[in-house]
Amino acid sequence: MTRHTLSVLVEDKPGVLARVAGLFSRRGFNIESLAVGRTEYPDISRMTIVVSVDELPLEQVTKQLNKLINVIKIVELEPAASVQRQLVLIKVRADATVRSQVLETVQLFRAKVVDVSPEAVTIEATGTSEKLDALLRMLEPYGLREIVQSGMVAIGRGARSITATAVR
Amino acid sequence: MVFGIPGGTILPAYDPLLDSTKVRHILVRHEQGAGHAATGYAQATGKVGVCMATSGPGATNLVTPLADANMDSVPVVAITGQQSRPLIGTDAFQEADICGITMPITKHNVLVTDAAEIPRAIAEAFHIASTGRPGPVLVDIPKDVLQEQTSFSWPPELRLPGYRPTTRPHGKQVREAAKLIVAARKPVLYVGGGVIKADAHAELLRLAEDTGIPVVTTLMARGAFPDSHDQHLGMPGMHGTVAAVAAMQKSDLLIALGARFDDRVTGQLNSFAPDAQIIHADIDPAEISKNRRADVPIVGDCKEIITELIDAVRTESETAKAVDLTPWWDTLKSLRETFPLGYDWPEDGTLSPQYVIERIGAMSPSDTIYTAGVGQHQMWAAQFVKYEHPRTWINSGGLGTMGFAVPAAMGIKAGEPGRTVWAIDGDGCFQMTNQELATCAIEGLPVKIAVINNGNLGMVRQWQTLFYGERYSNTDLGTHKHRIPDFKLLAEALGCAGLRAESREEVDDVIAKALEINDRPVVVDFVVGKDAQVWPMVAAGTGNSEIMAARGIRPLFDEDL
Repeated sequence: MTRHTLSVLVEDKPGVLARVAGLFSRRGFNIESLAVGRTEYPDISRMTIVVSVDELPLEQVTKQLNKLINVIKIVELEPAASVQRQLVLIKVRADATVRSQVLETVQLFRAKVVDVSPEAVTIEATGTSEKLDALLRMLEPYGLREIVQSGMVAIGRGARSITATAVR
Repeated sequence: MVFGIPGGTILPAYDPLLDSTKVRHILVRHEQGAGHAATGYAQATGKVGVCMATSGPGATNLVTPLADANMDSVPVVAITGQQSRPLIGTDAFQEADICGITMPITKHNVLVTDAAEIPRAIAEAFHIASTGRPGPVLVDIPKDVLQEQTSFSWPPELRLPGYRPTTRPHGKQVREAAKLIVAARKPVLYVGGGVIKADAHAELLRLAEDTGIPVVTTLMARGAFPDSHDQHLGMPGMHGTVAAVAAMQKSDLLIALGARFDDRVTGQLNSFAPDAQIIHADIDPAEISKNRRADVPIVGDCKEIITELIDAVRTESETAKAVDLTPWWDTLKSLRETFPLGYDWPEDGTLSPQYVIERIGAMSPSDTIYTAGVGQHQMWAAQFVKYEHPRTWINSGGLGTMGFAVPAAMGIKAGEPGRTVWAIDGDGCFQMTNQELATCAIEGLPVKIAVINNGNLGMVRQWQTLFYGERYSNTDLGTHKHRIPDFKLLAEALGCAGLRAESREEVDDVIAKALEINDRPVVVDFVVGKDAQVWPMVAAGTGNSEIMAARGIRPLFDEDL
């Protein structure tokens, strides 16, 4: 199974998320990551869905998604031809004895500290899931108190816009 | 034409119906009946069937018919009342999230939150239900929205940016298909319900006669190609003819038209038609290569596809050397002659159910429309009635909904009042939905019901006989032992004529009598033997080459065709 990133343009209507999520679950596909947000058009939302499936089932799930009336367009974004980012907030144990080492790791990953207390710091980092996994591995020895991670968002490289062609 | 039942939240929509001269509302006895009636109406006429119910239980009673219409791609619009907007989400009286509940079993559904949106929502529902691959659409309208004042203009503008079904086939794909068709040595036209939905039976007949290719019609496609035609091999699948099943197994090219490679047709998928290339034509791109990889996929409307195929095949035949299909036909004809559809009379002297159904088919007018419940009687009705025209066989194929027949017959009769409508039902199915006979009697819908009464849940019993060591767990309904209910008396209580036949001698007389009664519905209780079985059969989970023509007779085993 390989990982695929789907950009799904949908009408911004009540229940669209439930329709999409329900379709994945009832056809037996597991969503690895999901992010939903606005686009440059007020009545269109964009979902970025990461799924691990083989080529044939991917074709089937794409076709089934396309059948949903509120789904306008689906584009698969290849990692090489797109920018893919996730956001993570990490609360890591960092008292005076280790704080400087933690901050060094933060610098190394070009992350930043967004909150600090005597026992812990909260770090904000963005990147591909591989980069964020590496950061988490580096911070783990200090004690991860809490992490929260967003779904992946992705956009194609170059000047072309998938939304512009969808609304004609 | 609307089938429905009013209730608290849908009352504002019902009030103006009292004055309507354009819309006929048929007050049913159960919302499930309204849903199946809308399906029967739609399947018989090709128009959209409409049903209406109130919120909560009224709406949830539509779940089964909506799922049924979804599986069989039937254009149905359901309109339901909903609790008023301020009460939604508070577990109010008769509140149910019917949009959430029916999301997986409708083509689309919508909750209308503004009265100004009602016309557009209804227009879009009819458009979505009837175009592309047809299917059910539910429109849920809160009571306070129904009571609002708004300005009305018609027709409203449709706003469906994500809905653009492809109907014109791709020319290159059609030419590719034509190339395979003229080169095939063992081709088969695998015809599904989509051909009837697309009204493409005339085009199919031309394509078949132009090419001389054998035709099989699935359970949903019976009537798409005349049974009397010499090129017709019958129905494929679990209870299909040996010739139809064998033709597909041995084929080198399957031309699937509006069919979906359902498991009841293919049997075990990985041993299905192992040597065949696949041309798959369907209006729904998601059906193509879903179960079996297509070599030539064609997305489009079947009528347009077949029309273009006819021309492309002609053009192709001008240059290509004609393939002689005689050896292929020799094989198929010998199979058809050796293993025709047939049945034995029960050894215990009871009435044969197959005989009853065969006689109904033989004695009724040629434009009669048949429907059925689900089970043995359904399979026999598909096998032993001869269908010559499309939309004369209407049944629950995909979902397999017991209780479909009576309400479907009601909807069919409402749509085609001038034609004879027979529901071939079982005693199990009949007891699920027979309350709609009261509706039929009162609304002037004289349908004819043949209860093939074997006293048992016959198909389940057949599986118990074959696969569960004759342990008959909970399949005896007691309809024979205790004659409860007495179907003749029940029919009379519901305002119908009640008749009964228990022996071969009575069958023709009773059918003739039933055909004569046209001022009220008729129920005929055909008391038949409980041990009759449906053959041929491909056991669930096995490959189609394991087909049994009858118990213990395995025609394709060890035989090189």
